[in-house]
Amino acid sequence: MTALSLRGIEKSFSGNPILKGVSLDAGAGEFIALVGPSGCGKSTLLRILAGLESADAGEIMLGDRNLSPMPAADRNIAMVFQSYALYPHLTAAQNIAVPLVMRKLTRVQRLPLIGPLMPGQRKAVAAIKRDVREMAVSLKIDHLLDRKPGQMSGGQRQRVALGRAMVRRPSVFLMDEPLSNLDANLRVHARGEIVELHRRAGVPTLYVTHDQAEALSMADRVAVMIGGSLLQLASPQVIYDDPAHIEVARFIGQPRINLFPSQVGADGTITFGDIRVGLHRETVAAGASVTVGIRPEFIRVSRSGQHGLPARIDRIEFLGSEIILYCRLDAIGEPVVAKLSPAEGAGLAAGMPVRVEFSADRLFVFAEDGHRVPSTPVDAAARLETAHG
Amino acid sequence: MAKAVAAALPLVRKPARSAAERQEARAALVLSLPAMVLLFVFILLPVAVVILFGFTDYELGYAGFRFVGFDNYTELFTDRTFRRSLWNTAVYTAIVAPISIFMALGLAMLIESENIGRSFFRTAYFLPVASLLVAMATVWQYLFHPTIGPINALLALGGLPRPNWLGASTSVLYSLSIIGIWQSVGFNLVLFLAGLTAIPRELYQAAHVDGARSAFDRFRLVTWPMLGPTTLFVTTISIINAVKVFETVKTLTEGGPNKASEVLLFTIYQEGFVYLKVGYASAMTVVFLAILVVLMFLQYRVQDKQVHYS
Amino acid sequence: MNAQTFTLGRAVRLSILIFGTAIFLAPYVFMISTAGKAQSDIFSSSLSLIPQHWSYVQNFTKALTRVSMTRLLFNGVAVCALIFVFQVMIAIPCAYAMAKLKFRAARPMMVLVMLGLLVPIHATALPLYVAFDRLAVLNSYFALVAPFTISVFGIFLFLQFFRAIPDDLIHAARLDGMSELGIIGRVIVPNAWPAVTAFAIFSVVAHWNDLYWPLIVVSNQTYATPPLGLLYFRAAEAGDDYGALMAATLIITTPLVAAFLLAQKRFVEGITMTGLKG
Repeated sequence: MTALSLRGIEKSFSGNPILKGVSLDAGAGEFIALVGPSGCGKSTLLRILAGLESADAGEIMLGDRNLSPMPAADRNIAMVFQSYALYPHLTAAQNIAVPLVMRKLTRVQRLPLIGPLMPGQRKAVAAIKRDVREMAVSLKIDHLLDRKPGQMSGGQRQRVALGRAMVRRPSVFLMDEPLSNLDANLRVHARGEIVELHRRAGVPTLYVTHDQAEALSMADRVAVMIGGSLLQLASPQVIYDDPAHIEVARFIGQPRINLFPSQVGADGTITFGDIRVGLHRETVAAGASVTVGIRPEFIRVSRSGQHGLPARIDRIEFLGSEIILYCRLDAIGEPVVAKLSPAEGAGLAAGMPVRVEFSADRLFVFAEDGHRVPSTPVDAAARLETAHG
Repeated sequence: MAKAVAAALPLVRKPARSAAERQEARAALVLSLPAMVLLFVFILLPVAVVILFGFTDYELGYAGFRFVGFDNYTELFTDRTFRRSLWNTAVYTAIVAPISIFMALGLAMLIESENIGRSFFRTAYFLPVASLLVAMATVWQYLFHPTIGPINALLALGGLPRPNWLGASTSVLYSLSIIGIWQSVGFNLVLFLAGLTAIPRELYQAAHVDGARSAFDRFRLVTWPMLGPTTLFVTTISIINAVKVFETVKTLTEGGPNKASEVLLFTIYQEGFVYLKVGYASAMTVVFLAILVVLMFLQYRVQDKQVHYS
Repeated sequence: MNAQTFTLGRAVRLSILIFGTAIFLAPYVFMISTAGKAQSDIFSSSLSLIPQHWSYVQNFTKALTRVSMTRLLFNGVAVCALIFVFQVMIAIPCAYAMAKLKFRAARPMMVLVMLGLLVPIHATALPLYVAFDRLAVLNSYFALVAPFTISVFGIFLFLQFFRAIPDDLIHAARLDGMSELGIIGRVIVPNAWPAVTAFAIFSVVAHWNDLYWPLIVVSNQTYATPPLGLLYFRAAEAGDDYGALMAATLIITTPLVAAFLLAQKRFVEGITMTGLKG
């Protein structure tokens, strides 16, 4: 079931297109991470959804309601800002209460001095206080309710911001890099908490981040945005194992994917070192330039043996559970990065000549326009002589 | 055809504004409307009217007026009182502005480098700014009194000549300048102190390391350039305030003796509100406004240059 | 720069500062001293600071009876308070709109504000006087207050301050359901107290001390402000009764000086802020 649907959202600032027709559907309780490099338009998309900015074109549908013409206050969309945007002059309790006060009290009831004299105000205020307290207890910040933002730590402020967003039971939840101002330990811890809160609230959630680890670990589906376009929207595993576009492959994965220029041979296959892959799509003509990609963990490195391409080790990074190897291919002078287990990497040192071997079934082929061209390994047994030179 | 393209073009470049944007723009207009109406009624319109009046022979109490072109302006430049008044204002400004700036800068640096009594000194020098100038002018009148005033009593003790400070046409402008300096040093001092505290300590340490041995070298290398924006602002405001001198003149001398302390605003006041020659006084006001505009323009020019070189 | 060692440089520095302080405070010392002197004292021994015949009571009685001091002080307070309240109520919404809302008129309005900063009351006084005379509103609180209800400087100062308030805070307020007026009242003003106090100090000092405009529009004691009242007092006191005159100046100077001494830090901060931003 589609709960939230964005259709063809476009936006440009003074002639520069920021969003180039973004469409995206989110299910009722789905957690979608919007990930991309800074300036890709992900925050703008979130602000348009919240009603803080208006789109040049496109529609926003929540269920069967069209949100596009509504002002921000009427959309019932909650947002957690990167800076938390807590009101500095109000206590945590007052901060959390603001959206309730604005919705549940009338204009007159909100007035200082006069408000408490209005009928029903006391009861409404008591109900708000109860809601705030419950929210605070569930976020474990009930001991902080009387403090102002200036007297709280980053993590505590972040929880208050979450509380303020959730307390009014929004129909959509937006988060704009809510963890980026926390230190590394707290951030990993907070990921789990946010996912848990999302599950309890059960509303569609859009989560903007530039941190791919956050996106992959938290989201049901990941939307990769680059240069104002949504390049792929899929589960974290598909995004990683089956990128639809070269930019998606380049952006997701640490260390970065290895990319090499290549050409489609006369027989419609691509030969790379001693492996050959056939292309499924007929559109890539023989002789066309393509890019071949392989993730660092699908590269084997050996000191002896005949398989693979000869290379030389430039640098080794020891990261504890794994080793990152920076090599250079002898034949074409291109750098190649491999990720090994410490056991595999034992005995290797900078300057050593080695052979690097790619797993043919893990090779991605991208056409010149960046789109992925499906491929399968051909004739894996028949090793060719090194063709490059 | 070409017409249709031209008409379509703006639509392409500027997409129609959404309802939310229109609502925001409407709210903004409503919020700024009172201010803009009052700005128009009490500032823009009166300035336009002053310029208009400057070309008439309007006098309050007489019905109607004629347009006289530039007659008022030609009269101004032959008017001995007005020329005297311009000259006096220039002399007053030339004395008060530089002295109050450099005195404030010197005192600010002394206070800044002193650890004790900082807030006491600051308070003492600032007190005149918070005091009613008309009242303090009266006190100065007593201090300057030729026979019973403490200043001349002190001079007599030292066997020095005892000038008739506010009473002689040779000294009245200087006496007023002393009051002007006394009144404005504190304001400039406080601004300079803020500017000085904003200079990072590391810069002075770097200057030491780089071989700026004397205090004067460090002043040239660090203090003066870093204070640039403050100094520019203090200079502009000091000049403008000096040009606007009125209270002391009105209270103590009424332009006398013998027009020796006629200053611009006092002359405008006399012509416009005492003799009610509105047209003529308006022409003077235009000259006064022109001086302010030139001063502001100069400030912007210097500011621009500073930005380029920094 | 050591606090402990007493070097020659430091001695010179301190003596310059103390000497300067003595000169700057001398008028106050003589004001207080002379306010208690009898006429004979004033003529015979102007340099002795302690009055030989204590005449504070006589001088203050004279000062208080010649001109109604309470009236003057009340007028001063009322005029300054009215001006300040109007200025803030009119300038803050405008500054908020210009700083945080998108609308086409913002740019031309900024030009008007910059132009308005140039124009002092002295330049607009003539037409305003003519208009107020025609409307028969001279000699009223209206005449004293109206031209200052718009403070271009206030708009400018608040504009600078509001620009520093993060946009996200205003976005959050909108998502929480606040109207634009609600945002001004509940978010902007509570977070703009430093700017409001700075402006209050600037405004009160300027209008408490202003002589030019009250002199033009007020011609009787009922609406006289402190500076104007003192002028009347001087006119009434044709002779050289400096004792009474000093008593009157003392009474009239005290309120603002006392306010300054009590809230020095705020004053200095306020002047610095308004000064450096202006």
